[in-house]
Amino acid sequence: MTISRRALLGTATAAAAIPLVRARAQGSPTLKIGVLNDMSGPYMNLGGPTSVVCCKQALEDFGVSAKGLNVEVVSADHQNKPDLAASITREWYDRAGVDVVLDVPTSSVALAVTNVAREKNKIFLCSGAATSDLTGKSCSPNFIHWTYDTYMLAKSTGGAMVKAGGDSWFFLTADYAFGKQLQADTTAFVQAAGGKVLGAAAYPFPGTTDFSSFLVQAQSSKAKVLGLANAGADTVNSIKQASEFGVSKSMKVAALLMFVNDVHALGLDSAQGLNLTESFYWDLNDRTRAFTARVRPKTPNNLPGMAHAGCYSATLHYLKTAAAMGAAEAKKSGAATVAKMKQMPVDDDCFGKTTIREDGRNLTPAYLFEVKKPSESKGPWDYYKLIATTPGDQAYRPLAQGQCPLVGKA
Amino acid sequence: MIMIFGIPGPLLFGQLLLGLINGAFYAMLSLGLAVIFGMLNIINFAHGALFMMGAFAAWMLLEYAGIGYFPALILAPLIIGVFGIILERTVISRLYKLDHLYGLLLTFGLALVIQGLFRNYYGSSGLPYRIPEVLQGATDLGFMYMPNYRGWVVLAAAVVCLATWAIIEKTSLGATLRAATENAPLVQAFGVNVPRLITLTYGGGVALAAFAGVLAAPIYSVNPNMGDNFINTVFAVVVIGGMGSIMGAIISGFGLGIIEGLTKVFYPEASATVVFLVMVIVLLTLPHGLFGRRA
Repeated sequence: MTISRRALLGTATAAAAIPLVRARAQGSPTLKIGVLNDMSGPYMNLGGPTSVVCCKQALEDFGVSAKGLNVEVVSADHQNKPDLAASITREWYDRAGVDVVLDVPTSSVALAVTNVAREKNKIFLCSGAATSDLTGKSCSPNFIHWTYDTYMLAKSTGGAMVKAGGDSWFFLTADYAFGKQLQADTTAFVQAAGGKVLGAAAYPFPGTTDFSSFLVQAQSSKAKVLGLANAGADTVNSIKQASEFGVSKSMKVAALLMFVNDVHALGLDSAQGLNLTESFYWDLNDRTRAFTARVRPKTPNNLPGMAHAGCYSATLHYLKTAAAMGAAEAKKSGAATVAKMKQMPVDDDCFGKTTIREDGRNLTPAYLFEVKKPSESKGPWDYYKLIATTPGDQAYRPLAQGQCPLVGKA
Repeated sequence: MIMIFGIPGPLLFGQLLLGLINGAFYAMLSLGLAVIFGMLNIINFAHGALFMMGAFAAWMLLEYAGIGYFPALILAPLIIGVFGIILERTVISRLYKLDHLYGLLLTFGLALVIQGLFRNYYGSSGLPYRIPEVLQGATDLGFMYMPNYRGWVVLAAAVVCLATWAIIEKTSLGATLRAATENAPLVQAFGVNVPRLITLTYGGGVALAAFAGVLAAPIYSVNPNMGDNFINTVFAVVVIGGMGSIMGAIISGFGLGIIEGLTKVFYPEASATVVFLVMVIVLLTLPHGLFGRRA
């Protein structure tokens, strides 16, 4: 009898794996968390590998092994493509035994993933995506929106701009679910305050790097405020080019979604004076500083921003819930586990104490920041001054206006 | 105010000018591609990555060596050109005897590797690169506010494009190059070192991409994906101009920039697609492109 090399190798691997399987089987079943985000494209620094680091930090801080839990973290790159993300999610839920999909920036992608999570009765904890539709028409019992959304950004940044006299707007909008929703939510605030929207240019996403043409259109509209309904590298490029074309002299620029990582890329020279809203900043208080100090050595080139903090906070809360329910019970039904998560109080270093509403909205506070002048900054990543705080229960769209079918049923 | 197609005249002129600026990048990149394809028969998918490396070279020269924009405009293309020559000698030259497809796959793979490496070290948010002091500020043209730097880009691109065209079409070096692509053994019989000529051509094409990269650095953030956004459009430009045609690449580069600019006024959502629409129409009517020689 001849034995092929491949067969030999296979047998050896299987033999080596046996003790591993046994050790696992003795404890509770393994809980699996899949971090799904942009690992290589325009939103990589807002999520990417740093989200995985923050997720794992939660495992460490919770002390999973001491509490008798087996937890595994996997990750994948969705390349901002809804179809790709849906097929990875299916594969994870069906074959890889993943219980929770985490992060998922890019609204169009998150909308695809939430459908799969509901269909398979698993869990989707969203930190990176923005559209308020996720807790509105598209809300799901298997879903929690953790960190921020378009309504909260529109209310905080947009509202502040209108109050400061910016009553006519021109939007530069990324042409997909997120940009459109952010524009719609901001428009509602501008109009409610008696302001007007004079025009909008929706540019193709992804792949647009030159915004000059839209900026010139914005300028000739004579609007007072240029509303940037975009994110990541697009925001950085549009602000850069706005100052190049003198748009920032004649109009106020409202960066409706901007992360600390974008400010870092832009540099304080161009970013100074901008108003923006985040629900987390590393230098807010002792707890956020302590969290950042723990994570920092593991992600030397990128500081955690709010989406990363959301991954940490969501993972930690999931682990607390799973420990309370027992791992076997937590694996059974995604909807039941999410329901339990909504009942339990949330408390962590990143966002402090928050609550989760029945439509799946985690009520984090909204902080309005102003970007510091280069002279005010003490060093790299010292970028923000806190201007105003909106408490979580006022920051988000009131339940009744969301048209979430879950609301009022329970 | 004059109205043209329901759009205020000044706005339209502004858009034409902006289209020309983008066209300058298309022209420079497609020119390099056309030269490389014309001489080497390689469809150089790594072109976008080399463009990005040009921008990064300028950023690194400033960051690590304190060398400013204008020296970088010369140095970065030289450095990346040498890198291109090494690539050609060690990897690409092995594929000349095979079908085009192999060259395409190889350079595509190279592009992914290069981009991946840069992304790993520098992330994807991009790095800031300032506009040099002399070119800062803007000029009010009456119909629009024109940043001086953009004007410089159009000028520099036009000069470089025409110089390249002149070298290839009007000098004896260019004549030798063209002869070598027609009949390499015969030219070699005259004592010309053809492989070296080909290597230098690849290096030259790559240097053009790097030059465009340095020009782009202050406008766009220097980031590992910056070439990606251009490369698809630029390939369409080369196809429209006619594969391997130098003048075709230049004219269609500027022309498509303008068409794209106008689309941004009338229907911004389609501005990424319009180039491909033109490509389809051109290929249906003139399969060899606007300036391509018939095989």
